[in-house]
Amino acid sequence: MSTSVSESNSSISARYLGSLFSALLAGLLFGIGLLLSGMNNPAKVRGFLDIFGAWQPALMAVMGAAVLVFAIGWRLIGKRQQPLFERQFHTPTMSSINVRLITGAAMFGIGWGMVGLCPGPALVDIATMNGDVLLFVLALLVGNRLAHWLIGPAR
Amino acid sequence: MIAEFIGGALIGLAAIWLWLANGRISGMTGVISSCFSWIGRGERNRLWAVCFAFGLILSMPVLLMLGYMPEAVDMTSHKGLIIAGGLLVGVGTYVANGCTSGHGVCGMGRMSLRSVVATLVFMGFAILTVAVMAQVQRLMEAGL
Repeated sequence: MSTSVSESNSSISARYLGSLFSALLAGLLFGIGLLLSGMNNPAKVRGFLDIFGAWQPALMAVMGAAVLVFAIGWRLIGKRQQPLFERQFHTPTMSSINVRLITGAAMFGIGWGMVGLCPGPALVDIATMNGDVLLFVLALLVGNRLAHWLIGPAR
Repeated sequence: MIAEFIGGALIGLAAIWLWLANGRISGMTGVISSCFSWIGRGERNRLWAVCFAFGLILSMPVLLMLGYMPEAVDMTSHKGLIIAGGLLVGVGTYVANGCTSGHGVCGMGRMSLRSVVATLVFMGFAILTVAVMAQVQRLMEAGL
């Protein structure tokens, strides 16, 4: 085996390790953001959704700030050819607004309103080892796989 | 409102970092599905999602170690609600191909019409569900 091959292999694997570490960091930062904003507390989320009752509007700032920061970053990065650790940007390709999208979003909204947890905060709250949180996460994972086997990925 | 704003900005920063570094959208639904693909078929290009999920789960212990006490998790203890809600969230996010993060933060930030519609629909149904549940509870407390 020539040295140039092993060198290029090791540089690819260093890049791959970098991509894994950066994903871990992103998950950690995302989770800390959810925790600082209080999105991990289902009662607070349900208070935010209760606009006809005792509405607690503070969580509006979470989505507002998150969308704003992401939108600015998206434009700044826009013209780059390649991400730092991968070969290409995995740009979302689906754009159709169809029955499948609306049905899924409606089901998700009903479930979110019933309990007050969406997938990100549910994963963050696993660390509490609260039995009810774990039951919710289990049901969520079962639902994800049921839809995968019965309906299949969106096209 | 300050904590909420800072938290939201961190979420946006994390999502933009994953885009810049990995070229991936920070959607929890995609992360969860990709974790299953990695477990089931060992797809190497899905391992990033396992790392991302691991980071999410680590975030609470890390904050506690830094001396910050996050808000307590005030969860309903009604098992039927928890199971039905979890199943609906799991199925719904898979079918809609995204949730609060993928459609709500990244999709809206990209100004994708598809994501804006999805976000309006799930927010609308969530608000409606909370309103209906509050009404049912009032009726039950009044002895129907």
